[in-house]
Amino acid sequence: MTTTTNNNILDSILSQVPSGSSFSDLRESSSNFLEKKGLPAIKEEEYKFTSITKKLENSISDFSFAKKSDLNSETVESHVFDAFEGDLLVFNNGSFEKDLSKISNHGYTLSLISDAKPELLGKIAKTEKDPFVALNNIAFEDGVYLKVPKNQKVEKPILLLFLNQSNEGQVIHSRILIEVEDNAAVTFLEDSVSLDDKTYFSNMVTEIKVGQNSQVHYNRLQNESKNTITVNNTETDIHRDAVFTSVLVSLSGDMVRNNLSLNLLDSGCEGNMYGLYLLNGKTHVDNHTNVDHTKPHAQSNELYKGVLADSSRGVFNGKIFVRQDAQKTNAFQQNNNILLSEDAIVNTKPQLEIWADDVKCSHGCTTGQLDEEALFYLRARGLGKEQARGMLLYAFTGEVMDHISDEAFQNHIVNIVQNRLGSNF
Amino acid sequence: MLSITNLHASIEGTPILRGINLEVKAGEVHAIMGPNGSGKSTLASVLAGREEYEVTEGEVVFQGKDLLELAPEDRAREGVFLAFQYPVEIPGVSTTNFLRTAVNQVREYRGLPALDAVKFLSVMKEKMKLVEIDQKLLSRSLNEGFSGGEKKRNEIFQMAMLEPTLSILDETDSGLDIDALRIVSNGVNKLKSDKTATIVVTHYQRLLDYIVPDYVHVLYNGRIVKSGTKELAMELEEKGYDWIKEEVNAASV
Repeated sequence: MTTTTNNNILDSILSQVPSGSSFSDLRESSSNFLEKKGLPAIKEEEYKFTSITKKLENSISDFSFAKKSDLNSETVESHVFDAFEGDLLVFNNGSFEKDLSKISNHGYTLSLISDAKPELLGKIAKTEKDPFVALNNIAFEDGVYLKVPKNQKVEKPILLLFLNQSNEGQVIHSRILIEVEDNAAVTFLEDSVSLDDKTYFSNMVTEIKVGQNSQVHYNRLQNESKNTITVNNTETDIHRDAVFTSVLVSLSGDMVRNNLSLNLLDSGCEGNMYGLYLLNGKTHVDNHTNVDHTKPHAQSNELYKGVLADSSRGVFNGKIFVRQDAQKTNAFQQNNNILLSEDAIVNTKPQLEIWADDVKCSHGCTTGQLDEEALFYLRARGLGKEQARGMLLYAFTGEVMDHISDEAFQNHIVNIVQNRLGSNF
Repeated sequence: MLSITNLHASIEGTPILRGINLEVKAGEVHAIMGPNGSGKSTLASVLAGREEYEVTEGEVVFQGKDLLELAPEDRAREGVFLAFQYPVEIPGVSTTNFLRTAVNQVREYRGLPALDAVKFLSVMKEKMKLVEIDQKLLSRSLNEGFSGGEKKRNEIFQMAMLEPTLSILDETDSGLDIDALRIVSNGVNKLKSDKTATIVVTHYQRLLDYIVPDYVHVLYNGRIVKSGTKELAMELEEKGYDWIKEEVNAASV
């Protein structure tokens, strides 16, 4: 059932989709799905704590697609973090900017989705999974298809830099499809940057296939302006003996919703998810994760940690499915939160559905204040109150940041976090 | 050095200290003994600035300064050190890192230049010997997974690094075996000088065989009810606390 507003948003987005574009089947089925389902209604179970549709209705006045901004290489350079070494893929309001990117093509191939028309598109992130996937299916234009061939290790990390800005329109659709074939390895870094403080809505879909015995690391930083509304759907298919690791650090934004799904499709594979959210002001970050254990002898680890100040809001929902076939599964999940103010709120919900009988699964969540006894201990040794607090919070968050698999990116994020913990909270 | 006058303190409205008077001079070791619940640890906590306790009356002057006016970190910087009865485990913070920050903040307060990494390490190595502590332990998370003895040794190691004027040892001997007790006491004794003072809070006389006190005070019901020399401690060991309780109760009737 869709509401009127809901339809208005959809209508204005759908009316802009150019006719006769490729992927007509995908776009049509998505269109049909959205017509029936609409955007998430208020109190809809999956979006219970995150009224995304209402937020869009209240904050976005122009649902036109944002045009490309004027970018030059200096602007791009200034937004690449220090000491970065590797290939750089630049996206201008979701559109790939080949001339501003630095592509060695060492160990992988890159093409526009519209040129390559990959079979795999829309097969990993399924339309019916989430209305925003369907919306992206219909609306994306210049997405990128990146393929790492069999037996190839990409030596240096690949940075996906999304430069976003409201520009004659406030809606941005980005689309990435990554196909890693068997016995390959690659590390991705992703950084999204707001070029100014104007409000926009970024609806992003990333599909990743991790082939047999391959290793993929995906490290993502979300530090856009306080006026950004973001929905991010990342879906991964993980094949036999493959390892996929996601590290996601969310530091800013108005409302951010991350849907991260790991489909463990075969035996011996491993999925890891690490998340950190450091929130202040009125920032609202919702992490919905989903692990699907389908076959025996696979394992998943999940650790999400949050520090919330002011009247910020965090949501964590961790689903783990262990299907009947998936005996000998190891699945671990942990969510820990520290609230620094009385107005900050966290809603955390583990959701385990286990159909196999010979598995090891555990989950736990904690929400509390900073440990006063630890704070006193540090102060009694001469550390100032602020310094002691920073040290404790940094120690709490470090456990997640330790998993960032590129040193320069890790340093970059650690620096931002340390500055925040020093004075901003 | 330290002058405590008529100190009253309470927690959540319940009075614990009911008028403590104590003078500690440089070069002295004072032992504070007493039965469980007499207020020994409260006294140590109030001196270090633990915020749950409310001082309702009295004053504490440390080297001419009103100690009760100072934040816990400033007391530490002025030279007061509390060895915790229960050292806190802090995951993710290594002793080395934390102590380097602490030492340099204390040095800055005292107008001394910061120690660079190399100097800090050499000072650390020298002090480690005092308490026979292993460097591997110090690069691990602070107190996390340490044995009781390791935690207490780490306390005395930190004391050595911070070079306090007044050290307060809160039941540092509780839970230690004889070897650990000997190592810890040895460390404390080596750090003593005629410019520093030590307050040893303990339940057991055993510790005082190793750290020999100049004065022994018995705390009961939030007051010092008896003071003497180390012979008093021997007497308490032999006869327990009941005779003191009886004396006090008889006097108050």
